[in-house]
Amino acid sequence: MAIIKVDNLHKIYNETVIPVHAIRGIDLEFNTGEFTAIVGPSGCGKTTFLNLIGGLDKPSEGKVIIDGNDIAHLSSRQLIDYRLRNIGFVFQSYNLIPVLTAGENIAFIMELQGKSKKERLERAKDLLEQVGIAEKFNVRPGQLSGGQQQRVAVARALASKPKFILADEPTANLDSKATEDLLDMMAEMNRKHNITFIFSSHDQRVINRARRLITLTDGQVTEDIRVNKN
Amino acid sequence: MTILISWKNVWRNKARSFIILISTAIGLFGGIFSYALMMGSTIQRIDSAIKNETSSFQLHNPAYLQEEDIKNNIRQPEKYIKEIEKLSEVKAVSSRLKSTAMISTAYSSTGTIINGINPDSEIQVTRLYESIFAGEYFDNDDQIPIIIGRKLAKKLNAGVGDKLILSVPAIDGEVVYGAFFLKGIFNTQNDLFDGIQAYIKKEDLAELIGIDKETSSELAVSLYNTDLSEKIAKQVESLFTSEIEQEEIIIRNWKQIDITLSLLIDSMSYFSWFFIGIILIALAFGIVNTMLMVVLERVREIGMLMAIGMNKIRIFSMIMWETLFLSLSGGIIGMIFSMLFIAYFKHFGMDLSVVGEGMNAYGFSTIIYPAAPFTFYIEVLMMIILTAILASIFPAIKALKLNPAEAVRE
Repeated sequence: MAIIKVDNLHKIYNETVIPVHAIRGIDLEFNTGEFTAIVGPSGCGKTTFLNLIGGLDKPSEGKVIIDGNDIAHLSSRQLIDYRLRNIGFVFQSYNLIPVLTAGENIAFIMELQGKSKKERLERAKDLLEQVGIAEKFNVRPGQLSGGQQQRVAVARALASKPKFILADEPTANLDSKATEDLLDMMAEMNRKHNITFIFSSHDQRVINRARRLITLTDGQVTEDIRVNKN
Repeated sequence: MTILISWKNVWRNKARSFIILISTAIGLFGGIFSYALMMGSTIQRIDSAIKNETSSFQLHNPAYLQEEDIKNNIRQPEKYIKEIEKLSEVKAVSSRLKSTAMISTAYSSTGTIINGINPDSEIQVTRLYESIFAGEYFDNDDQIPIIIGRKLAKKLNAGVGDKLILSVPAIDGEVVYGAFFLKGIFNTQNDLFDGIQAYIKKEDLAELIGIDKETSSELAVSLYNTDLSEKIAKQVESLFTSEIEQEEIIIRNWKQIDITLSLLIDSMSYFSWFFIGIILIALAFGIVNTMLMVVLERVREIGMLMAIGMNKIRIFSMIMWETLFLSLSGGIIGMIFSMLFIAYFKHFGMDLSVVGEGMNAYGFSTIIYPAAPFTFYIEVLMMIILTAILASIFPAIKALKLNPAEAVRE
């Protein structure tokens, strides 16, 4: 069943000055449990596409339907709440809150959702264990390696029990070993929780792990391949 | 957790936060201590005015206020004294006979106001006797004694034991002369008062000007609690409504007697708050600048928070709390230092005798005991909080205007 449906999606920047047509009529569907990589040369619209389906930006034309809701017509306030409860984000630069510990970073998103302190604490511990760094609960991001910080970011993204997770170049700042470990972990989370992962990446290792590859060129889908992986 | 993040964010850049903290603390210390000095000085001045000059309130014949003539005395003063002394708040009533006079020695002469007093009742109404630094207060055995102020003694070049000649208008209009021996010299630290007032026994003045010794130009009333001056004066007015209506008597509290002092004190109070307000406004600009830097440094972090679902109210409150914590930290340190300094100088006094002449000229003591009521600190705290909230608005708006999609990629 399609969890995300993108219908004739367009995004034009600077419409009144020099228009830049970043997304030119994309039609796509994403199902639950997919592990999808969006690839393409720089400037092809990968990040823009992720921002549109993540509700961080509004399309100039078209629809983004998530679980039956067209998020393109939600107000700014509604979008914020929608992202909080339905979408997880993993960023290239980890973007953890530096003054909070790893555990607190994960608990924070649950606090925004209004979860009780007990539930936040228990789930944060559980998620850190799942991503393989349970012992780092009380450690601040500044004292973690890049790979460990990204694991915390994945755990935070999972904490809100999202419908899908968007990861924009999640391995760009990691070394080879950290990249492999992170991808193994994310693949494991994908299998375990059946959560849709959608990456944008140049990284071949990410591409190799994906079960679906969508290639964008000049804002359009030029290739959409599903790869059988056991 | 938003509040926790805000508190911890204050200490992310320790150097910058300490600079703001210290500048806030110093600024507030300056403002609070200045206020305390002004307040202490004001309280001392009021206290001095009431205890040396005006008492809590006074009664006069209304005509006396138009023309300070001995003929314009209070009819039946004993009637008023008897009723007033019944009030439990009243400590004592002093009946005075007053006259203008020329006072002279072999060296000099000048105008003066002669107060004919009953030494025993006067001692309960004013603390003149405490202000005597040369010689002594009146004794029952004294023969025609006189007590004058320091400034007057200096003008006359007179010392204790010297003979002073008074020339006063008698009841029949003739000028009469009397010789008095300087018994004591007082210093109330008010040059205006010390330069003009002189005290002799009421019976001596009455005899000199040919009037009954029970005659009274002025009734001065002292209270156990000077803060009740206005209230009790009003109460006494209600006891003598018909006499007031018939213009036989007028009752004035110290504020009405010394209007200049009252205005001066009111303006000092406003000026003090104005001064603190200026300091807080200046601090606010520094805080706004710091918080703008904070927002600009954390564009990516704020973008991330928006992306993961932190709503605008929470982001606004996060920045507002951080501003509040920053301001309060410095404010509280400034207040604590102020309290310590005020407590110290409240005990030992701050000697400003280098500017003593100027202060005495306006009736202010050169040794100031700063004072700040507890409610003042609460009010300052409220002002700090208000300043912080206002200072947080602009940086918070800047943060809210960020586009999360662009911000996360900064």
